[in-house]
Amino acid sequence: MKRFEPFAIALFAALLAVAPLFLNTYQVDVLNSIGLYALLALSLNLILGEAGLFNMGHAAFYAIGAYTAAILNTRYQVPILWTLPLSGLIAGLFALAVARPVVHLRGDYLLIVTIGVGEIVRIALVNDVFGLTGGANGIFGISRPKLFGFVIRQPQEFYYLIWGFVALTIFLFLRIKRSRFGRALNYLREDEVAAEGSGINTDYYKLAAFGLGAAWAGMAGTLFAAKMTIISPESFSFWESVVLFMIVILGGAGSIAGILLAAFLVIGLPELFREFAGARMLVFGLVMMVMMVVRPQGLLPARGR
Amino acid sequence: MEEFIQQLTNGLAVGGIYALIALGYTMVYGVLKLINFAHGDLFTYGAYLGLTLLTSLALTDRLGFVLGIAVLVLMVMGLAAVLGAILERAAYRPLRESPRLSAVVSALGASIFLQNTLMLIYGARFQVYPDDILPTATLNFFGLYLPLMRVLIVLASVVMMAALYLFIQKTRIGTAIRAAAIDQSAARLMGIDVNRVILLVFLVGPALGGVAGLMVGLYYGQVNFTMGWIYGMKAFTAAILGGIGNIPGAMVGGLLLGVIEAMGAAYISIAWKDAIAFCVLILILIVRPTGLLGERVADKI
Amino acid sequence: MVNLLSLQHLTKTFGGLTAVKDVSFTVEKGAIVGLIGPNGAGKTTVFNLITGNYQPDRGQITFADTPLNGLRTHRIIMRGIARTFQNIRLFQQLTALENVLAGCHYRMRSGIVATMLRLPAQRREEQQAVERAQQELAFVGLNSHALTVAKNLSYGDQRRLEIARALATEPRLLILDEPAGGMNEQETEGLIGLIGRIQQRGVTILLIEHDMRLVMRVCEKLVVLEHGGKIAEGSPDQARSNPQVIEAYLGVEDEP
Repeated sequence: MKRFEPFAIALFAALLAVAPLFLNTYQVDVLNSIGLYALLALSLNLILGEAGLFNMGHAAFYAIGAYTAAILNTRYQVPILWTLPLSGLIAGLFALAVARPVVHLRGDYLLIVTIGVGEIVRIALVNDVFGLTGGANGIFGISRPKLFGFVIRQPQEFYYLIWGFVALTIFLFLRIKRSRFGRALNYLREDEVAAEGSGINTDYYKLAAFGLGAAWAGMAGTLFAAKMTIISPESFSFWESVVLFMIVILGGAGSIAGILLAAFLVIGLPELFREFAGARMLVFGLVMMVMMVVRPQGLLPARGR
Repeated sequence: MEEFIQQLTNGLAVGGIYALIALGYTMVYGVLKLINFAHGDLFTYGAYLGLTLLTSLALTDRLGFVLGIAVLVLMVMGLAAVLGAILERAAYRPLRESPRLSAVVSALGASIFLQNTLMLIYGARFQVYPDDILPTATLNFFGLYLPLMRVLIVLASVVMMAALYLFIQKTRIGTAIRAAAIDQSAARLMGIDVNRVILLVFLVGPALGGVAGLMVGLYYGQVNFTMGWIYGMKAFTAAILGGIGNIPGAMVGGLLLGVIEAMGAAYISIAWKDAIAFCVLILILIVRPTGLLGERVADKI
Repeated sequence: MVNLLSLQHLTKTFGGLTAVKDVSFTVEKGAIVGLIGPNGAGKTTVFNLITGNYQPDRGQITFADTPLNGLRTHRIIMRGIARTFQNIRLFQQLTALENVLAGCHYRMRSGIVATMLRLPAQRREEQQAVERAQQELAFVGLNSHALTVAKNLSYGDQRRLEIARALATEPRLLILDEPAGGMNEQETEGLIGLIGRIQQRGVTILLIEHDMRLVMRVCEKLVVLEHGGKIAEGSPDQARSNPQVIEAYLGVEDEP
């Protein structure tokens, strides 16, 4: 099984690379959505999967990235892709600021607090905080991204931007996974007392997980804003956070391959069965319950657990 | 002053509803150390069941307002309790020995499932309680006019809380619940059937939560299939505020949160009303995670 | 002899219960000291006070002439104290090697950026850490289990893995909480040898143990606790003949 893994990955990458040549615009658009959710779920995975910190307010960091990009672009005419580092930075700093006082809270308390933070951010956006966010209507007129003088407009073009970023993310996150930093997050997840007792500054790594995961979600937000050209608070509701949480858990916490698979299933499948779209969440709820009994480690667990 | 008292009584009415829901969270947390995420949805079921029974059986027409509502309350309590027991059996019992995360995910799954079942049955739009059944009278307290419905809500929630308090403090079964909340294995050794206690908690909590849902329907006149999660979050905040696992704490926390919210909406900003409760939640967890009436417990290493 | 660790008038209460009451003792450099006493005497609480898991209500903890009071646990570990836990606390889902690498963590430097760029210094550091961890695994006799997931190890191996993880922090003082707990006779023999070899590396050892044969064979000094207070301190022979100690162990059964 192990021997076939490189081939499977190469085949998957090759299929993704040529997919737009064979698919219609709508199908490519679905793949773009999957890519964005995969990106967000990978960023949440650092916090939830690797470090074991129950974060159910991830949409807040995503929103802050998207709004930072949109505000900079529409008010100050900063080219949208140039805002990437800054929206990542601001989302990351916001996460550090909110996580700092609460990060020591035990599992499900942290979960509730992050839900609260997510809601406060959404309410703030709806209420046009600082007169910057445009209230319930959001921000429109975000300009198209430009890359080396080439304007990205078609879904096919966005496809390569989004999945290119996904590929880069996987490349970097794999490096993190196999490093001192990645291991420290795993120690936290496995046993916080033992981690601290082995000389690891657990508070620091909890914050670092939040900061890095949020920064990445913020950058995904920029891509989202660039793709949509219009953003509003309803794109960043509690249910977005739930869907992301679900992707990470269904795929297998800590497993990059599992998260990609789960993103395809959770975002892609409902598009295939559009006549049952209303029952989408119902099925998800049921799947979550059944999975926890039958296969709590996820579809493709990180290791043969 | 008039405005202040109107807000205060309104806050107490909403707070009473929060408190009734909070009791369900706090009782389950006390015994299982689990946040029952689906509890808010059982509250919504209470509201919808109440609406369906009220309109289809025409209870108030046949039995008169007081008796009709009383029968309705009992029916909603019974049905919500049955749903609670089914929920416990389906979503939580299989995961009793699993890691926390599994139980949390299952609870969330149950919540999503319940909510969307309701949506598929009733549709996504607001459902309206018939306004011709409800009393619109106002009461005159020394020149202060209070809606009758508001007064009834406050009274009903206080009566129910008092009844629960007596049940927990004075009966054998209540003592068993308290014992299981303190130390499950010790309670088991003392001959308490912990499984029965858990089942009981999942009967009583949802029964109270279901009535709270009915109250919201009667008080505001309209209900929505997603309202359970926002009410649930606020009730959970109330439970934390009072000290999770602590039954009087949930009552105090609920009433307090209702008043804080009403005052915040009136004197700060109505648009930020929902954010106020979440700010209270975060503040209390930072400043005093054991809540107002909770006791500090040392972590075992 | 120089004192490496000294506890002065340590007191800790939980609610109404005084778990540790005015306990003072010293651990000399290079020694193996045993902390013994009946269940519930407060031994593990003393360990948790030393490693900063609890803060004492009163009293002073001094390690290598510097006070430890108020320091967070990882800071205390960085000062040169390492520990194991009574109810084994390994990173269950991770391999033995990864478990030991946790002990190497604080001596490493590479941050997120160096990791993402995979700078030469970061790669070298990773490689060295792995070698270091392998050495510790070999030292406790687990070199063939480097890639075994911790939870799949036998009970005795898990205890030894915990010791390897603690040793990887390169401690001056190693604190062992019931290292022979759950071990069979043969494993205990191996453990006694291991403790001797750890001492030869120049590491001072403080241990809690109920297996009296182990205690009498390896410890140079014993500190006896009962009901949170110290009732005796001295050589194993002195402790064995102390009437209070005999009563604590054989006397009235008042412990739950």
